[in-house]
Amino acid sequence: MTSIGSPELSKMFDAIAAAIAADKDRLCQLDGVIGDADHGIAMELGFNAARDAVAGLDLAATDPTALLNTAAKSFLNAVGASSGPLYATAFMRGAAAVKGKTKLGADDAIAMFQAMAQGIKDRGKAELGEKTMVDAWQPAAEAAGAARAAGKSLADSLAVALAAAEGGAEATKDMIAAKGRSSRLGERSLGHVDPGAASAVTVIGAMAQSLNSAIPGKV
Amino acid sequence: MQTKKIINDGNRAVDEMLEGILAAHPAHLRSVDGSPRSIIARDGPRSGKVGLVIGGGSGHEPTFLGFVGKGLADAAAIGNVFASPPPDPILECAKAASGGAGVLFMYGNYAGDVMNFDMAAEMAAMDDIEVRTVLTTDDVASAPRDQRGKRRGVAGNFFIFKAAGAACDRMLSFDEVERIARKANDHTFTMGVALSPCSLPQTRRPNFEIGADEMEVGMGIHGEPGIARGALKSADAITDEMLDRILPEMAPSRGDNVAVLVNSLGSTPLMELYIMNRRLKQRLDDIGVSVHATWVGNYCTSLEMAGASLTLEHLDGELQTMLDHPCDCAMFRAG
Repeated sequence: MTSIGSPELSKMFDAIAAAIAADKDRLCQLDGVIGDADHGIAMELGFNAARDAVAGLDLAATDPTALLNTAAKSFLNAVGASSGPLYATAFMRGAAAVKGKTKLGADDAIAMFQAMAQGIKDRGKAELGEKTMVDAWQPAAEAAGAARAAGKSLADSLAVALAAAEGGAEATKDMIAAKGRSSRLGERSLGHVDPGAASAVTVIGAMAQSLNSAIPGKV
Repeated sequence: MQTKKIINDGNRAVDEMLEGILAAHPAHLRSVDGSPRSIIARDGPRSGKVGLVIGGGSGHEPTFLGFVGKGLADAAAIGNVFASPPPDPILECAKAASGGAGVLFMYGNYAGDVMNFDMAAEMAAMDDIEVRTVLTTDDVASAPRDQRGKRRGVAGNFFIFKAAGAACDRMLSFDEVERIARKANDHTFTMGVALSPCSLPQTRRPNFEIGADEMEVGMGIHGEPGIARGALKSADAITDEMLDRILPEMAPSRGDNVAVLVNSLGSTPLMELYIMNRRLKQRLDDIGVSVHATWVGNYCTSLEMAGASLTLEHLDGELQTMLDHPCDCAMFRAG
């Protein structure tokens, strides 16, 4: 049986950074409509910093918790902004969820994923329906947890999570922003996808693809 | 098409700007060793004085670092363009500003800034530095009157920081500094209008679209959409529209004093600001309100955005004393 260790998590950060870089312009444009047009820049800076910091680690001597904490700190210090504390908290909570393990099985990976979503929710103090990245992360985490509890493989659980994130991000079009920069727009935020929810889909998609290749098949 | 900017590399713009600022103002400013985004007043922090740390995203110069100096802020944490600084440089500012009497964090009310400054405050507490926070919420356009706590902080920062910095410099207690800072915020009201967009150094694309004959009332200093878009009006009509939102909230009585800031969002020239100030003075004269002091120019910008904001601070004796207290900063002097 294969499992997820620090080398696989390092590859996961490569995959997220590549996906965000490819998506940067779209994210900036989405943010330009209802925010300040820099979301793609911040996300790219943050995930490039996380990728580079993780790449600089001795992976044989670094457990997943230490790796995720390194990613969190480097993301935060490169970015600040809103996405810095939110994703840094996500990775720190993910780190705590797998503390003491050197290899993650499917259940561990789902626990890490759910802890990330909860960390974002706690740090941003946002609830579902407030037109934030929580509207993608929370349904994704719930769907992943339910699928895994129903005996689905990691791959299938993360596929369900990605679909839920996509649905959640799309649903932000019909929401009036209640948190974050766009919250002062009132009804003028209607009809536009929240950029943080859109980038969450990109992150979750890259994570799913990368972790699936680490634990292929019906585990 | 990309916008034109005098830069070398969009990703290096903030750090290169800081190098230039430190080169220009060596008598006033230095950065913390090992933390180049933490800018400290050379003649500011001292034992027994409450420290004042301000900060936020870049692109609003001279806000924030231009207001670092004796009598005003002790330190400013510098973020990327329009992005809050992360906790580490804020923490370094808190350490540098601490004189053992507490450190006050003051910054505009934006979700990202709140998260990063709160994390820095938690870290400072672990170093036995007591931190309190006063958010600035002067932008009248950004939320209804009964939701003042949700409003953004914009150009009115100038008056609010000034009051708090003076209170610190006069060696008042932490409680008194905090009270005066909150009072200054409650007494300060800003309205802005945007005529054309700005563009980030990294993207060099206009960050919103606006018609050649349009203006947007209430637009935020990061290009956040405002409350109404309409045809561009005359200076007098724009000034009236802004004052008609500020004055009912401020509710000055005949004989009251105010301080005035007519601020360019970046590319609007002094000529236009003074034309607005002409109308503003007429309107205040009409209702018997005296202008104690006026500042006109670039105080809180949004890169090269065209547009302006009006800020009024409703003075009482205490706020007037704080406003008149001397300060000596790299980009601002008073008294």
